[in-house]
Amino acid sequence: MNFEPKILGFLCNWCSYAGADLAGVSRIQYPPNIRVIRVMCSGRVDPEFIIQGFQTGIDGIIVMGCHPGDCHYLEGNYEAEMKYKMVQKFLKFINFDNRVRLEWVSASEGNRFAEIVTDFTRQIKEQGPSPVGGKSPDSMLLDKLNAILLAIGSYRMRALVGRERIITEFENVYGEKVPLEKFDDIFDTAIRDEYLRHQILISLSNDPKSVKDLAIELETDPSVILKNILVLKNRSQVNMEKIVGVTPIYTNIMEG
Amino acid sequence: MEKVGAVLVVGAGIGGSQAALDLADSGYKVYLVESSTSIGGVMAQLDKTFPTNDCAICIVSPKLVEAGRHPNIEIKIKSEIMNVSGEVGNFNIDLMEHTLFIDQEKCTGCGICGQECPVEAIDLFNEGLSSNSATSVKYPQAVPLVYAINRDYCIGCGICKGVCQAKAIDYKLKSKKTQLKVGSVILALGFDEFEADVLKQYGYGKYKNVVSSIEFERILSASGPYSGHVLRSSDGNVPQKIAFLQCVGSRDPKFGKEYCSSVCCMYTAKEAVIAKEHTEGLEATIFSMDIRAYGKDFDKYIERAKEEYGVKYVRSRISSIEEIPGTKDLKLTYETEEGKIISEIFDMVILGVGLTPPKDASKIADTFDIDLNKYGFIKTQPLKPVETGRPGIYVCGACSSPKDIPETVIEASAAAGKVNIDLSPARGTLVTTKKYPDEIDVSGQPIRIGVFICHCGINIGGYVDVPAVVKYAETLPDVAYSERNLYTCSADTQSLIQEKIKEHKLNRVIVASCTPRTHEPLFQETIREIGLNKYLFQMTNIRDQCSWVHMREPEKATEKAKDLVRMAVAKVRLNTPLSTVPLKVNPSALIIGGGVAGMTAALNFSQQGFKIKLIEKDKKLGGFSSKIYKTIEGDDIQEFLQELINNVENEDLIDVYLGAEIQDIDGYVGNFKTTIIQDNSKKKLEIEHGIIIVATGAKEYIPKEYEYGVNPNVITQKELENRLFNKGNFSNIKSIVMIQCVGSRNEENPYCSRICCSEAIKNAIRLKEQYPDKEISILYRDIRTYGFKEKYYREAREKGILFIRYKKESPPELISNKERIKINLKNERLGDILLDSDLLVLSTGMIAPSKENETLAKLLKVPLNEDKFFLEAHVKLRPVDFATEGIFLCGTAHGPATIGESIAQANSAVSRATIILSKETLMIGGIVSSVDKDLCTGCKICVRICPFNAIIKDDEGYAYVQEALCKGCGVCGASCPEKAISIKHFTNEQILSEIYALGGNIIE
Amino acid sequence: MSFEPKILGFLCNWCSYAGADLAGVSRIQYPPNIRVIRVMCSGRVDPEFIFDGFEAGIDGIIVMGCHPGDCHYLEGNYEAEKKFNMVEKLLSFVDMNERIRLEWVSASEGNRFAEIVTEFTDKIKELGPSPVKDPSKANVLLKNINALKMSAVSYRLRALVGRERALTEQENIYGEKVSLERFNDVFENAIFDEYVRNRIVLSLKEDTKSVKDLAIELNMDPSKILSHILILKGRSQVSMDKIVGITPLYISTLEE
Repeated sequence: MNFEPKILGFLCNWCSYAGADLAGVSRIQYPPNIRVIRVMCSGRVDPEFIIQGFQTGIDGIIVMGCHPGDCHYLEGNYEAEMKYKMVQKFLKFINFDNRVRLEWVSASEGNRFAEIVTDFTRQIKEQGPSPVGGKSPDSMLLDKLNAILLAIGSYRMRALVGRERIITEFENVYGEKVPLEKFDDIFDTAIRDEYLRHQILISLSNDPKSVKDLAIELETDPSVILKNILVLKNRSQVNMEKIVGVTPIYTNIMEG
Repeated sequence: MEKVGAVLVVGAGIGGSQAALDLADSGYKVYLVESSTSIGGVMAQLDKTFPTNDCAICIVSPKLVEAGRHPNIEIKIKSEIMNVSGEVGNFNIDLMEHTLFIDQEKCTGCGICGQECPVEAIDLFNEGLSSNSATSVKYPQAVPLVYAINRDYCIGCGICKGVCQAKAIDYKLKSKKTQLKVGSVILALGFDEFEADVLKQYGYGKYKNVVSSIEFERILSASGPYSGHVLRSSDGNVPQKIAFLQCVGSRDPKFGKEYCSSVCCMYTAKEAVIAKEHTEGLEATIFSMDIRAYGKDFDKYIERAKEEYGVKYVRSRISSIEEIPGTKDLKLTYETEEGKIISEIFDMVILGVGLTPPKDASKIADTFDIDLNKYGFIKTQPLKPVETGRPGIYVCGACSSPKDIPETVIEASAAAGKVNIDLSPARGTLVTTKKYPDEIDVSGQPIRIGVFICHCGINIGGYVDVPAVVKYAETLPDVAYSERNLYTCSADTQSLIQEKIKEHKLNRVIVASCTPRTHEPLFQETIREIGLNKYLFQMTNIRDQCSWVHMREPEKATEKAKDLVRMAVAKVRLNTPLSTVPLKVNPSALIIGGGVAGMTAALNFSQQGFKIKLIEKDKKLGGFSSKIYKTIEGDDIQEFLQELINNVENEDLIDVYLGAEIQDIDGYVGNFKTTIIQDNSKKKLEIEHGIIIVATGAKEYIPKEYEYGVNPNVITQKELENRLFNKGNFSNIKSIVMIQCVGSRNEENPYCSRICCSEAIKNAIRLKEQYPDKEISILYRDIRTYGFKEKYYREAREKGILFIRYKKESPPELISNKERIKINLKNERLGDILLDSDLLVLSTGMIAPSKENETLAKLLKVPLNEDKFFLEAHVKLRPVDFATEGIFLCGTAHGPATIGESIAQANSAVSRATIILSKETLMIGGIVSSVDKDLCTGCKICVRICPFNAIIKDDEGYAYVQEALCKGCGVCGASCPEKAISIKHFTNEQILSEIYALGGNIIE
Repeated sequence: MSFEPKILGFLCNWCSYAGADLAGVSRIQYPPNIRVIRVMCSGRVDPEFIFDGFEAGIDGIIVMGCHPGDCHYLEGNYEAEKKFNMVEKLLSFVDMNERIRLEWVSASEGNRFAEIVTEFTDKIKELGPSPVKDPSKANVLLKNINALKMSAVSYRLRALVGRERALTEQENIYGEKVSLERFNDVFENAIFDEYVRNRIVLSLKEDTKSVKDLAIELNMDPSKILSHILILKGRSQVSMDKIVGITPLYISTLEE
């Protein structure tokens, strides 16, 4: 049977939603897989929405906003871009980065809207059904998505992405402009670390485990696991439960 | 006789629409009369706008939609003014509303009639580059969205009536005469493009690949005839080399077009840039005389066009174009600046056609009994830019002189500002405020959803199985009722929806039909009329984004429609009533700056009866204009200024604070509190006011160049003017050299000061008139006598004033200052020139008082541009607003401007502010964000991210949303690290419910 | 060998068929090439039938009906005439307009029937075999006839031809009579335009082509071709496939 992907589109009210309407008025045909949620501004799309969308089994998600400079709310689309970049980096860990896209579509670009949707639908068809969709979703992957959801929703990530434009385009608290590479460096490390930490947390909430256990499960060097366990201990999220033989066993002490 | 609280606005382009919106929002009834079938004018035809490359339709269409559904605006399309009588306060207007043969009330704009019409017609909106039908709508986003039958083409076959399910077509509909009573009139007739076929040498109309700039605008547009691909109409190939010709029908007295059309230099640069963006490797060459980039950030745009995009500029006027038989390529022959004759082949030539008076200008002038100037535009005075000379009849935009969009918008609001003076006693008398029943309290009620699914004739029903969707909707949780309608938007369906709400005790309503962008307010109104809060409504789009775009896959389209309805049901279950609360407005204004702009604004307010606090940092009123004696047109500025000062000082409603400095500004729109100190005293004075107008002005650049200040024979243009008008001594002076652009258009101040060319020419002409034997040379880069000022440039040359051009890279050099001043100059054609003179006059630019502006900008929390002038909310459509509600700007605080332009801006800012001051209260709330203090950590990310300054830190350090300023975009909520911010009507829960409803897999 | 053309006659039941019978009863001899299809009314002859006939290799087609005013169904023959005029116009584009004829024959005109058939058979003999049967021409010609047929059945032309009499002989919906001149102006343009457009669509179905390719193929001014392509794009029948060098190539999007 033909795979008909479920595609979700977040369209900003002022440009891309209007562009989609124009495609309609002009009767430009495109694949019927997309379902649209209208938001006032592309900057409204919380990174969590995208992760949660994938958790519910959606095959592809596209965010569309006004072209740079055209935003009805002045700069909301720039914020959308920052957030989107973060989401994409996280999704790369689970090879989902090809299932998201950010595009700018103006109110006069009915053709462009249809072209983008057509192309994105084709791309998602190529990717095949989402492994977390359907009747028997991949539970390992769901855990990973959950780790991403928690990481992306963490104070640290949100605070970083929320300040990215201010400190790379204007100035930081010292009155300096932080070069984009430097910021990206910090940002990328944070993404990697927080993803791993939340994977550890999820794993430990299922079962207490040793560093070695975790290293095998998460396919990561034990020394890196240990380093992150120490950070999580400091955050009072993880505790050493006991030592079995020579091996300390850790557990998740977060509620819920 | 009582004044009539209604206004007639003639012409519904961007100017007319803006004026109508301002007035309708300030408590007047507005009749917006348009000769074509929809509003929007030329701006709706444009692809992008300079200097920001904003998408024109993106920015103009929300404004048009707003005008289209404003309860105080009555749009009269395809209408004509037949007769006018009466006087200011009481005009009688005879209007002829020409028939469309389609009932505007019934037409839903579905477009079936146009599709089925067998007769093809020329699509004028696309400048004849494509076809439409004898039954058509002007353009897809047209407001109002009604079709009209073009009787020039229609053969009367009757098919459209047969296919129209809304029964809107009525061939018997007659044109009808109406009488309107209005207090004032605003003429916003716009312009027509110069018809280039008159210029035989360019072959326009004969050579397929010679097109006008407006045609090219449509070619560039993504929704244009070529879908945004730049193609040659001769063979459909992609042009690789395009030539742009400037001044086609401008600066050309042969065709009575002596004036400069003001906008062509910029739109041509824009078209070249956009064309290059469309086609990789495209060569774009612009042939021009002077490059007139005199507006805010225009010079930077030209520089970018040259440097970043590689657009080539050639200073030459093309004398003729030759078409190469066979290829239809075009050969241009021109003389370079060095005097070489060159022939070059281009694939396409774009004629930068000038702006001419609207074709019906003289007829309308007759009807309204007003004067035209010698070029056929509506006559105004330089210091009375929006007045026609007949009291109560105002003018705005390009019908009084060539203008760009922001200047048109400024004048539109300025005209509205003048109307406010005429009609303020009648404000609110003709607007109807609708009475609604009390809202039903739905809290605690079980959710009962009604789903209304629209067939839209066959537009939806022809492809989507609507009955199946209705059946499906009935199975969804909490859906108490579902039905389908032929047209859910029709008037009878509205009463039906209300009946069903009563009958089935519905407390949530969904309409699945067309786009919420145009129709949501209608349905919200319907449910509000019966007592449901309007936010209990949800709309989903199964036409524009479903049936129309999946016509060939009806089954899948039906599935999609079901999904969309399911998502809407999921969301509407979480919709809650949102309330708005009144916020009292302090009906007084604070004006910062006592120059011409500030005083003009103050007097406009006082004539409307508002109180004004006018603060000026100097010890006296007057500002920059104190140093100006006459305008280039000959108006006496000193006399004008003195009268203005007297009026301000004698006005009881205006409190003037001289020598005043602002210490602090607190509060927000409607209720500001400002602390000032006067004369450096310790005593603080607190002022309360509802709005703020920034009219702080600019200052003169003090040159460091050419030994100014050292050599007494080197003076500024202002100093020359002072000498000229105060009987200075010129007896020892034989020759005078003026240098333009001193302190402008350089690295330090990379913008044009706009006024210096005219000032130099004004002083040079006066000198020459008084002392005909004096030699005067003006050294310039580009002469920017835009609009009607071009006449004086011509006059100066005729009087023997010598104009010599220099390039930015090789400015005139001062060789020797012993006895006589020697200036060395490199000119492309003449080589090195040595000029002797007795007096060197520097045309110095305007600069922003950067320190003062930075301080004030911080206090107001408003932005400055790179040149330290204040930055408006939107370069094109909100030229005198700040993004922050309740704060406005005018005059040279915005950027260099003439006195007339400053006056227009002042009246414009007053009109914008009057929208707020004319209301006792502002309604705040609705779709706004709110902060959960328990979660907020006070990180301030939201404060920095909000472009409207709506979020502040409260006394305890938590984020606080000032609802009066919040626009509901929701970016703060998506950015808050603690997820402490929620956006009403678009909460996380609501959006997630839609996602879950689509995704299907339940997450624990 | 002498050429014996295949001639098809559409005869209305009430007049011309009876006329043909009378010729028989009267033993009036005429050439044996004609094969008759009886229809109830000459107005029943759908323009499509004529093109189908030529596609099938018939050399000449004649339609016969009652004399004006005599139609058993009141005005069917007038409708037949309007349709015939359109078909004739369309066939003139492929130089086959002489291979059809419309004649009025009454039930008493056995002689006239025989004369007409004789004369038409001679004419077709003179014209020679249908070019459709010429292998060197068939390919192109059949394509063009297909384009003619598509035009003849198009909504636009059928809508116009269906209203010709009402508009030009009685009055239009505004209560005015449209002059035949004006109607013909609109109609003839429509006939030609639709033919060209259908040829473009058919040509693009075989292969992507540029405006210039089409201009050569159709022997038309490229600028005219471009404007037709724009209309076909608007009807979602053609789209731009790609740009090769400086030349956009178009493709037919019409499904079989």
